[in-house]
Amino acid sequence: MTLLATLNALLIQPFVEFGFMRRALVACLALGLSCGPIGTLLVLRRMSLVGDAIAHALLPGAALAFVMFGFSLWAMSIGGFVAAVAVAGLAGLVARLTPQREDASFAAFYLIALAAGVMIISMRGNSVDLMRVLFGTVLAVDDASLLLIAGITTVSLLALALVYRPLVVECFDPGFLRHLGHAGAWVHGLFLTLLVLNLVGGFQALGTLMAVGLMMLPATAARFWAAEVWSLAAVAALFAVLSGWGGLLLSYHANLPSGPAIVLLAGSFYMLSLLMGRRDSLLARQLSQRAHRKA
Amino acid sequence: MKAPMPVVPARADALAVTPPAIAVEDLTVSYRQHPAVHHVSCRFEPGSLTAVIGPNGAGKSSLLDALTGRVQPSTGRVHTGGLKRGGLAYLPQQSGIDRSFPLGVLDVVMLGSWPRIGWFRGATTEQRQHALRALAQVGLIGFEHRLISELSVGQFQRVLFARVLMQDAPVILLDEPFNAIDTRTTADLMRLVQHWHAEGRTVIAVLHDMAQVREHFPLSLLLARECVAHGATEEVLLPHHLKRAQQMAEQWDEHADWCAAPAGGSVNPGLTS
Repeated sequence: MTLLATLNALLIQPFVEFGFMRRALVACLALGLSCGPIGTLLVLRRMSLVGDAIAHALLPGAALAFVMFGFSLWAMSIGGFVAAVAVAGLAGLVARLTPQREDASFAAFYLIALAAGVMIISMRGNSVDLMRVLFGTVLAVDDASLLLIAGITTVSLLALALVYRPLVVECFDPGFLRHLGHAGAWVHGLFLTLLVLNLVGGFQALGTLMAVGLMMLPATAARFWAAEVWSLAAVAALFAVLSGWGGLLLSYHANLPSGPAIVLLAGSFYMLSLLMGRRDSLLARQLSQRAHRKA
Repeated sequence: MKAPMPVVPARADALAVTPPAIAVEDLTVSYRQHPAVHHVSCRFEPGSLTAVIGPNGAGKSSLLDALTGRVQPSTGRVHTGGLKRGGLAYLPQQSGIDRSFPLGVLDVVMLGSWPRIGWFRGATTEQRQHALRALAQVGLIGFEHRLISELSVGQFQRVLFARVLMQDAPVILLDEPFNAIDTRTTADLMRLVQHWHAEGRTVIAVLHDMAQVREHFPLSLLLARECVAHGATEEVLLPHHLKRAQQMAEQWDEHADWCAAPAGGSVNPGLTS
């Protein structure tokens, strides 16, 4: 009984007791559910760093909105969304019109965007504001942000369900759908839009620097446990949700900043998976080096 | 050049759809204003088995891309006689495919039924059985639950052939189907190509191995951006044709004059002075 009581006090009580913890938990659950599949597809499309680039590209839009309207959820979300879509679109356009590859143009544009964003905030705000934008405020998530995040998750999961097959096929064998007369370009565009939406959602809670952590770390960790696209996405979502829950508890009990706690927990899931995951991890490789089947 | 004689299919009645003739008319496909395929006209008869040969950079893959409608021609057009999109199965080069992708073998074969199941519909048991039969036909019984990342290059090529089988298309295009494939696998897959030919399907394959072409392909199209020769293989694979193709492919002029061939296509107006 005492063990159960302790566990209850450790793992559940904080959420029962405090509304801000409950809201933060729901925000993390929602984010995790859609970040899992999107991160998985990002990794499979070899766009791991594009997520990072887009997360930084949100900054000037959000910053400009912050300078103009103060700490307004809608203004900052729309500003961030517009800026990130613009950077993604410009990078894609440059890749299409010139020989420069998409990753290089992404890097160029996001660096410009990041510098512009920091410049805008520091011209008008102070370093606390900058920290809020960069690292988010998951413990201050209000009902409006919660609705926004949950809405983004719902839209993302529905949209992913609709285009799941073409997304996967386009990534595995890009020529196949084109030969059947389907254009892959708009599937790619839709996917990038979903990515931006999720980063806008994550930015409310975790800030522009950390939002992409909840997306990429679980997805890369899942690779050591699952072998097919759907199971990778499921494991990634599970890791993301667990990181959110555990990270909040960690920050509550140890009085740590919540955003970094969540992302660091996701990071430790990754390190653990890398060391002792079921598939292709360092441990699994060590163990299976000698054992082999007859055929 | 005279059009090649149509090949009489062995069992044309075995096919649900008889393949139409494919007519290529004054086709030019260019990349950065340099033609990869230059004013080519030719005709592939229903049920014919043709090898497309030529030196590297002769525009063989570009011709296939134009046949499937994947690239927009700069001039001319391809008539596929009302063939539906799914009526054309295409075997790509492996280099364009991510072989480490986490997909199962059966899933890849089932992609062949895309024209029937599309984005949302589930595959029927019948289609699943069809896919398993296709796997058996390419010699991969028991591989249905394996991941493609676990397969060798040759085994993966068999999977791609199974996908073409699954598509059950009257016209089949193969882009270098036997590249980096061992003799045993090549022989197995070549039997499949012969089988398609016997069923009355039109098969067009880009190939490099001249011995293979002589042995298995009744018709050949020798390409060096332009059509050098097209017809019965023994009349195409003549030393003077091959030599000419080699010479034509080696001619590369970065600042070549704009082509003003009497075609319907637009001539680039720049640099006329």
